[in-house]
This record gives sequence, structure tokens and C-alpha cells, in this order.
Amino acid sequence: MLILTCPNCGLAVEETELSPGGEAHLERFGPTSSDDAFEEYLFLRDNVKGVHFERWRHAYGCGKWFLAARDTATLQVFGTYSAQTKAPPPDILAAIKKGKNT
Amino acid sequence: MSDLSIHALPPVGMITLRGAMPVLTKAVTAVTGCDAPAMRMSTRAGDVTAMWMEPDEMMVVCTYDGANEMAGRLRVEMADDFATVAVVSDARQIFEINGTGGETLLAKLMPVDFAKLGATEVRRTRMAQIPAAVWRNSDGFQVMCFRSVADYATDLLHTVAPVGG
Amino acid sequence: MSRRLKTGGRLIDRSKPVEFTFDGKTMRGYEGDTLASALLANGQLVMGRSFKYHRPRSVVGSGPEEPNALMQIGAGGRFEPNQRATVQSLWNGLVARSQNAWPSLGFDIGRVNDLGARFLPAGFYYKTFMAPQPFWKHVFEPVIRKAAGLGAATTEPDADRYEFEYGFYDTLVVGGGIAGLTAALGAMRAGERVILVESRAEFGGRALVDGATIDGNDVVDWVKDAVQTLEDAENVRLISRCEGSGVYDHGYVLCTQDLTGFKADKSGPRERILRLRVGRVITATGAIERPLSFAGNDVPGVVLASAMRDFVANHGVGIGDRTVIVTNNDDAYRTAKVLLDAGLRVAAIVDARPDADSAIVNEIRALGVNVHLGRAIAKVHGNDRVTGVSICLQSGDGAVMQEIRCDAVAMSGGWSPVVHLWSHCGGKLWWDTDRAMFRPDPDHPPRGTDGNGFVVTAGMASGALTPAEVLSDAAKAVGSDVPHCDTVEEGGILPVWIMPDGAGPDLRAKMWLDYQNDVKVSDVRLAAQEGFESVEHAKRYTTLGMATDQGKLSNINGLAVLADRLDTTIPQVGTTTFRPPYTPITIGALAGEARGSVFQPLRKTPIHDWSEENGAYWEPVGHWRRAYCYPKSGESHEAAVAREVKNTREALGMLDASTLGKLLVRGPDAGKFLDMMYTNMMSTLKPGRCRYGLMCDENGFLIDDGVVARIDEDSWLCHTTTGGADRIHAWMEDWLQCEWWDWQVHVVNLTEQFAQIAVVGPKARAVLEKLGGMDVSAETLPFMAWADGRLGAFDVRVFRISFSGELSYEIAIPATKGAALWQALIDAGAEFGVMPYGTEALHIMRAEKGFIMIGDETDGTVIPQDLGLTWAISKKKDDYLGKRGQMRSEFQKADRWKLVGLETTDGSALEDGAYAIADGTNANGQRNVQGRVTSTYLSPTLNRGIAMGLVERGPDRIGEVIRFTRIGKNPVEAKIVDPVFFDPAGEKANV
Repeated sequence: MLILTCPNCGLAVEETELSPGGEAHLERFGPTSSDDAFEEYLFLRDNVKGVHFERWRHAYGCGKWFLAARDTATLQVFGTYSAQTKAPPPDILAAIKKGKNT
Repeated sequence: MSDLSIHALPPVGMITLRGAMPVLTKAVTAVTGCDAPAMRMSTRAGDVTAMWMEPDEMMVVCTYDGANEMAGRLRVEMADDFATVAVVSDARQIFEINGTGGETLLAKLMPVDFAKLGATEVRRTRMAQIPAAVWRNSDGFQVMCFRSVADYATDLLHTVAPVGG
Repeated sequence: MSRRLKTGGRLIDRSKPVEFTFDGKTMRGYEGDTLASALLANGQLVMGRSFKYHRPRSVVGSGPEEPNALMQIGAGGRFEPNQRATVQSLWNGLVARSQNAWPSLGFDIGRVNDLGARFLPAGFYYKTFMAPQPFWKHVFEPVIRKAAGLGAATTEPDADRYEFEYGFYDTLVVGGGIAGLTAALGAMRAGERVILVESRAEFGGRALVDGATIDGNDVVDWVKDAVQTLEDAENVRLISRCEGSGVYDHGYVLCTQDLTGFKADKSGPRERILRLRVGRVITATGAIERPLSFAGNDVPGVVLASAMRDFVANHGVGIGDRTVIVTNNDDAYRTAKVLLDAGLRVAAIVDARPDADSAIVNEIRALGVNVHLGRAIAKVHGNDRVTGVSICLQSGDGAVMQEIRCDAVAMSGGWSPVVHLWSHCGGKLWWDTDRAMFRPDPDHPPRGTDGNGFVVTAGMASGALTPAEVLSDAAKAVGSDVPHCDTVEEGGILPVWIMPDGAGPDLRAKMWLDYQNDVKVSDVRLAAQEGFESVEHAKRYTTLGMATDQGKLSNINGLAVLADRLDTTIPQVGTTTFRPPYTPITIGALAGEARGSVFQPLRKTPIHDWSEENGAYWEPVGHWRRAYCYPKSGESHEAAVAREVKNTREALGMLDASTLGKLLVRGPDAGKFLDMMYTNMMSTLKPGRCRYGLMCDENGFLIDDGVVARIDEDSWLCHTTTGGADRIHAWMEDWLQCEWWDWQVHVVNLTEQFAQIAVVGPKARAVLEKLGGMDVSAETLPFMAWADGRLGAFDVRVFRISFSGELSYEIAIPATKGAALWQALIDAGAEFGVMPYGTEALHIMRAEKGFIMIGDETDGTVIPQDLGLTWAISKKKDDYLGKRGQMRSEFQKADRWKLVGLETTDGSALEDGAYAIADGTNANGQRNVQGRVTSTYLSPTLNRGIAMGLVERGPDRIGEVIRFTRIGKNPVEAKIVDPVFFDPAGEKANV
């Protein structure tokens, strides 16, 4: 059972206090989008073995969403960060790079 | 015999504030006299408590009868800002747990490291299967849950309380 | 004959006798006994029957690894099957029964399976019960069901309660032997928050039996001091009778603490599960001795060498008077020493090693014990107990050289570190050829959130064998000073996987690997021969290691046999997966406190108590309880519902609608936001007015509905379904936080803040006017309007909305005043004939009006367009959640199933979920269908069955008669009609 630190309230909490929200950084495609783009947005997920950017909500706490970079195989957590981002921030990318080198 | 006691408190005034934290703290300080609470912490002035709930939410706890009036003053204070004030005094139930073994009791229900619970911290968490908040209070704790599950919470606290407690 | 010795037994108190019963027979033991030691003391050697062949079995071990001595303990609500007698503490009044024997332990009919053993090889069931199919149900299954299973389950409710405890520590030490104590002392001195759990009642582990001198003190004193030091430390918590059950991701560990299972006093919780979150886990879980595989190694009286000396040293119990010890290592010689010290005879030591002359071997020899080197046991004689052994060459084929009379055999095949907790979460193992054991590989530990290993093994769990090695390894685990302990040189181990090496099929068929599941060397060889070469396949084919002991004794021997048959190495074959829990955990413990009134949260409205007092028949709606109906004395639920509907339509009804979700959505961008959330336009709603709205997910499927009221320029109040309140609140927050975070919108969930009371029926206005206060006339408060005001003594918000088709007011009031307002309305309504109504009347009235219900007409595959709700979908909006999804070609098809009303031609009610039958069959030979019933009721208003359903091209087929299935009856005909059955013009609500 995972522990993740909510960047919105600073607490490291266990999975039972969180609710998962699937892959992060998806781009929404609306009524003007093509079938392919809409399919990609709604259904197609990478399901990586390795570093995964994912959405979590601190449901039994501050109620806020946040994002996490986590290795789905080793469960190493490279960091959690604001949900109000379109792409993983540099410090998270740096931590991933560092983590993978060791 | 244990001196542990569990009491349901009568309703208190509660006001939910949503908005940018600087806006909220300015208004709360002006209206209630409470200092700005730090992340997850609470501050107190007289019989009013200001609790940090989320990065853009605070809760003001006051007397039940004074909640509407205080909410009105907070609204006026933030009239020019994007902020929301809602009286929610009827939505929740607070329990007081006093005496020896309160922490042991709560540790049976909440995934909370009490050693790390600050003196003024408001820890929002899970109590068995319901959302709850817990904080320290004089020689014990107060636990808050939603009104609709108050009976469940009462049963829960008494179920895991030590025999004779 | 097993018996109590005149002296000895460090754990028992001979001044405190304890009485218990076994299979109805009263027996005596002492405080400090386990059930197993007490039974042995009473001469009760046979303790159970094996699973498949029903062979008589006695203890083979002395700890949690025990596969044979499983008992049913207790009675009534405290009855527990499959308890291991070796770890069950004895208490006054304990009731134990043997299991898996019928009609009795002494005479078991199932034993015939043993006589036919060669007809029940590995995979017998898989091979036999293939066909014909009817045979399975009528012949095989009943027989197998009777024969299968170990203990019975009780039929009574559990008399005990259980609980969890959440704990947070820097270091958890599992195991309180000398390794665990050393590690805990080190962590304590480093100032860490430490918890140490020990599964037994006392700390100290094996060393207390086997002896050592640590830091110049006898190990008994050293342990006493260590425990005292730890107990005195504020940063350490010690718990005995608490087992480390499982290690999980990110330092999560479950430990199971026995609280009353070991004593007569049953007050308080029976067990507690510690849900620990720790920085690191030190597993000082020791090692388990392996049996040797020789013919007849399961005959009662054949026990592990360590177990035999445990029973003597700990409980003063001898298993036999004349013991043969069989071994491939030095450790078993300790058993000889303990037996001789206790005055028991050692008939011989049969040592498979060709030579052995270490200190302990020579010491035992010097005591006059006959040591046979390079020898093996060819066969054990005896059925219900050992009567002797035949000796042969280990390197031969089993030709008997000598017979030795004895009544017990102590065997030692070497030791296997308990690596379970290390392995649960991914720790890897390596095979140590010299020691013939799998050991934890420190370079491949389970990894935590920071990517570093969080489990460290200590002592025998690492593969250490001597006390000096154990202490050094444990100290290293925590980086502390190593306690001094003299190193004693011991001889090595000779790996022996079957005995003798060249044993033929007859002997192999009597060499047990897995005692409980009756898996023999011959079975594993057969599995390999038949192609089950993967260890995981061989395990499932033979059931090796699948018993309640999960192969603690059998796995290594089993996979060695497999490796030999496959002509490969043991590490090549590898182990099966170690899964938690280490030993079985009761279901009650896993449920924790969640039973009875706290099984699940039960949500109650402010009017719940009134309904309870007034005879409500409850229905669960999510975690809420809602009144289904309010039957009067002697009235059926059906009659009550009909009365409630009629009374509401003709006079006045009241519904507790407090469970509806109430979300305040506020801010400069709230209108824009709600236009995205709802299919219809909410930004154009005028303050003071209400609008029915639909919410879809991005697939376009309808997920919720409800009335939205505009409060002021910036504020809307969104009503959701009862089940939707939390879900829709979270849904809105998701979009606001994760997609449109620059929009200025706040959502506040006010569901719990307000009680909501629906006052419904032709007399609704009259009762509100009687209470007085605000103007509720049609002119001031028209249909689909709302207003704040006072009713009698209450400040309220009144919505003119209707889910019944009647004149209807929904009144919101702060929750603590809800019950008082409800009572005031009931009192005031008496003269108008007011009656409360429940959810079933609500459902019927909405169905009569053709209103859809989320979860009835929708099921996650239905879009609003399917339900004739196109009027509630804005054509002006460029976008809303679900719009793109609804544009997909599947939803444009002409043959989609769409909402219609259905009326049976005979006036009966259709069955819920019934299918509309179409011509022909599909590719699977199933009858084609063309629709299904989504809601069906007997309408008290129309006095006939009415239904709503989704039918292929339904709205284009009004008037057509189609047929619907009925369970166990012929199909029934129903006419497709408009879904609005009652007051289609809406005149009754709009008055």
C-alpha cells in the first residue's frame, strides 16, 4: 500500500486516504476533434512499466488533486507535484533521471 | 478503571470560507481576531477558531448562534474579492475524547501518526470508513465527522474503547 | 509412549495444573503447555489425519510450521478449525477436537484411500473428473465435497470482537530471539522509534533451548537483561504473541496479535491487527528445520530433531523412550544430548554423512551412543506409532543392513531460513550450496518509496547458523556493536533430498514431502514426468505446499526432488512465490472492528428518528437508509405504497428528501462552468428560478440529473441524486482543479447542512399557508421558482419543483431544525389528511409521469438522447462534457434502443429487467432481443401495470405490441406507448 505526499497540504498519507485518478497530463479533446484524437484522449493509455505520471486526489484530507511520478515496477516515487501543470516540472524530471542512474 | 470519556458536543457555529489564502486570512484576522493559521494548523482568539482546511479553504468555528452574523461580516469584508462564505453549522458533529488512552483509542481507527500531530494541527483523515478530522484539545482530542454518520461514529468510538472505558 | 518426564520443562509450572478436553476426553496439563505438549504428556500421540489418505498423524514440529496437528478449538461462537496444536497455549477449560477423521480419530473410514494410494497419484482428480459432465454434479461433486476440507466452519456468529491499530515506527523487528533482541537494542540506542514483535509468549527464541554464552552470561540471563533494557526504554515497544504476518509496499506491515486466544478469560478483543508503517523492517524470523525424505517418515513418532528437544526442554515431555536420530548435519546431535540429559535413550544416530568428527559428534559418541555414518533409514516400521527402523547405506538402493527397535525417530535435514517476510514484497534469494539453503540476497531487497531497500534480515533468517554468527549478523543489520559469543566449530551439512539416494519406486511412494496434503516424492517425480516442469505448475498439479502450512516444511525438499528429476539444479528450479500471511489469519481479525452496527457507515437524515418511530420500512440507498414506505399496523408493504401514492395524488404527502445532493457553485465563472457540466444552458437561468439539468461523462453517458436553482448573479445551487452528491462534488472539483484551474469557481457541498422536505399533493399549498409566513401562491412562487422566507417559526428556502407531477414544494432548512419543521408540517397537515410517503411511492409517481431515474433508465451505456431528453440538451453550446462522445457514430444509429412506455395487454406488471423478444437467434444460438424493461410498477393511480423500457426504434413504434420474457412463464404482450402515463399536460403540478 503506497504512501504519497500531498503537495497541497504537506502530509505523507497512505493509499486509503487517497483516490486514484489514472494517467496525468492528458489533453482534453472536445467537439471539434477528430475520431482518432478523441479516442486517444478517452481510451488510449500507455500503461507503462516504469515511470508513470498519475493523478491522485487527497480524498480523505484536503480534497485536492495532485500528480505523482512513480515507477510502476519498483514503486519508487520520484515526487509529487501540483495538478495545475501541463507537463512534469523540471525538478521531477531531474529526480527521475537521478533515480534511474543509481 | 480508565477515566476515558467520549462526549458528543452540542452544535457549534461553522463557516466555510473559500478563496485565495491571503484574502481569507486578511478577512478572518479582521473579523475574528484570529491570526492566520499555517498549513493544516489552527489559531484561536476568544471563542473563535480559524482552521486551515485546504490551500484555498478555511473554516471558522464560533458559537452556533453567532455564525450567521459572523458570516455576514466576513462576506462584507471580502465583498470585492472572489471568495465564498457558507454557514455549515448543521453539517457536522464534534466529539470530545478526554482522559487516558484517547490516543490509543483513536489509533485503532485512524491511519494517523499521533506523535507527529502538532499542538494546533487539524488532521483531516479517515476514521474507519468515514472522513473525519482530529485535533488536540486540552487533555484530549476532538474528532469531527459529518452529521449523517454521527451515530456510526459514536458506535465506533465506543466499540473500540477499552472495556470499562 | 509419549509422556511427561519426572523433571524438566522450562516453560511449564507444575504447581498449576490445567484441565482441558480432547475429543470429549478430559485431560490434564500444566500452565505453560501448548496443546501439543499436553496431548503428548497424556500419551495422545495421534492428533489428526492427513488430508488425502487419512493416515494417522502426530506432531512433526513444535512451532508455526506444524502441518499435522491441526485441531478444532472451542465451541459455539468461539469455534475455530485448523488451529495448530503446537502454538495453541493451553488454558483451563480448553475444548479441542481432532478433525478430518470420520467417524473417529482411532477408526477412520477414509483410511481406505491409503490402501488404494497407488490409485490416487498426483493429478488424479484432474485426470478423472473430466467427463461426462452430468457425472460431475451428481456423482463426483457430492463425494468430493464430503471428503474435502479440513476442519468445519462454525454456523454461529463469532462471539468475539477484533480491532486494528495503526502504528508508525522507524524500525520494526520481527522476531524476539537473540537476533531480534540484538537488532532492537541497536535501533533503541540509535534513538529510533522501535517496535519488536515476537510470535511466542516469551522472548529468546531457539537459543533458550540450544544454549549459548553471550557477553560472558548464560543466554537465559542475557535475554532477561535485553528484554528488561528494551522494556525500560521509552522509544521501544515490545509485543509478544504477535506475529509478523505480511510485508507490503512502502514499509506497510501487518502484524497479528493474539489477545485472548491463549487464556480462559475472553473479555476484550480476540485479536488485533497492527497496521504498521515503518521506515525499515528487520526480519529476525529464525529458521525452520527440514524433514528428511525416507519411507514412512510420516508415521506418528517421527518428528523433527529440534522439535523433539523443544518438547523435552520446554515442556518436560518425551515423545518416545527409545529414539533413533537420523540426520545429515551436526545440529541433530544436540537432540541426543537433551534426550540423554533427560534420562531418555538414544538407540542410534543414523548420519548420512560418510564421516563426521566435530566436537559435538565426538562428545555424543563418548557418551556411548552408537553412531552409524554413511547410513540412511530404509523404512520406518509401525502404523499408528513407530516400532522400529531399518537401516541401509545412504548411497545404496535401500537394501536393509540392520533393524533397530525404537519408538520415536528424530530427523534433521538441515535448516531453511524463514525468508517469507523478506520475500513478500519482492526480496530476492540466492542458493547457498555449502549450507544447502536459500538465503536472502541483500543486493536485491524489497524497495520503498525512495527506491532503497526497506527490509533487512538478521540472524538465522539471513542464513546464520551458530549463535556467534547470528549475533554478528543481527548487529550488522543495525550497525551496532557485536555481542561477544564464542565460535564453536561445527561439521558441515551433506545435502540429502531422498534417503537412500538410490531408493526405488516402492520406497519413493512412502516418502512424504507435504504431510498435510499427502504429497510424496513419487508425486513430484510424476508431475515432472508429465511435463509440469515449472515449480509453480508442479505445485498446483501435486498440491505440494498448498496446505494451511503453505509448504514451510516441504517446499525445499519438494523442489530438490523436482530439480533432481529434471536433471537440473535447485536454484534453476527456483521457489514458488511467498505470499502473505505467514500463517493463516482469521477473517474476523481482517474485518477489524467492522461488524454489527459498525459494519458499514449508516447515514441518517435529520428526520430518520421520526421515520423510525413511525414504522418506516427501510431501504438502503448507498450508505443512507431511506424509508421505503410507512406501513400501518397489519398493512403489507404493497398496500402501504398504494395508499401513500393515492393519498399524495388526492390530498397531501410528505417525503424526506434530505439525502439529495446540494452543491453550491459560485463565482464569476460559475455560469460558464455549469454550462460545461450540464447538457443544458444554466448560465441563462434567471435568479429565483429552477431548471432540470442533465450531467454526462465524456463518453456522453448520462451520469446524474437534478434541479438547479440560480441563487444570485454569481451563485447556483445544484441538486444531485442521493447517490450522486459526493461523486458529483468530486467530479466538479476534478474539472476545476485539473482542467480549468484558471476559472473562478467555488464548489461547496451543502448536502449535510440542510434537511429537505417535499410537501406534495393538491393540499400542499394549503398546509404551507396554514403555517403562515411567506407567500407561496402561484403568482408569487410559480412552478420552477424558489424563494427564501419563513414558514411558521422556521427560516426556510422553498423550491416549487415536482418529481411526482403534483403541486409540490421542497423545503430546505438547516439540518438541526429539520425534524421540528417536519413535525410542524405533519401537525398542520393533519386536517388535510397528510401522510408520509417513502421511496417506492416516489418511484411509482415519477414513473407514472415518465420521469427517468438515474440507475433505472441509465446504466452507463445510455445517453440522454436515448431517453427522449433532447429538449434538455442545448444546441447553442459549442461544448459540454459528453458532447463529443455523443457525436460518435454508434449513437447516431437509427436502431438504438430508446425510451418508451409499456403497457401489458392484460394489465399486469412486466417483470423488472425483462427482455423484449425479437425474431431469430444470434450467433451463439441465443434468442434475439429488441429491448428491455427499465422500470415497472403496478400503478395505484391507474390501477394497472405500467413500465418504462428501452426498445429498438421505440418512439417510432408507438402502438405496436411486442412480447416480453417472464421467468418461468410464457412471454407476455405489451403495447409500446408514450412514457407519460399520467397528466401528460402537466396541469396538476402547475397550479
